[in-house]
Amino acid sequence: MELNKKKVIIIGERDGVQGPAIEACVRTAGAEPLLVLTQCFV
Amino acid sequence: MVVILGAPDADSAELYAETVINGDPSWTGPLAGVAMKLPVYHIMEPEIKAQIDPKVYEEHLGLMEIALEVNKIAVGLNRVRKNLKA
Repeated sequence: MELNKKKVIIIGERDGVQGPAIEACVRTAGAEPLLVLTQCFV
Repeated sequence: MVVILGAPDADSAELYAETVINGDPSWTGPLAGVAMKLPVYHIMEPEIKAQIDPKVYEEHLGLMEIALEVNKIAVGLNRVRKNLKA
């Protein structure tokens, strides 16, 4: 799946990878984040 | 449109994937019966990792990659994508 120029929904998780960290990474691949979430189940 | 996950284990990643492909499998939330058929990947899957600037990846995800069972997550998501044909 090529991320360049794709719109992305990011579902991060507090105990895994947080949304903003995923956002920073996918931006370097040329993707455009539309929604950035970090779920917490504690 | 692509969904990228940061789930900590294979079970939760598979549950997220099923939900955005076929709708909520537990039929309890607002996505019950809503098949969005969105392609879904975990941020640490090799296919996605390869497209990210290695410096940024290492800065944000390097430590977590040691802690998470990336292979199990990738195998689980591959199975869900194959079975549900996302």
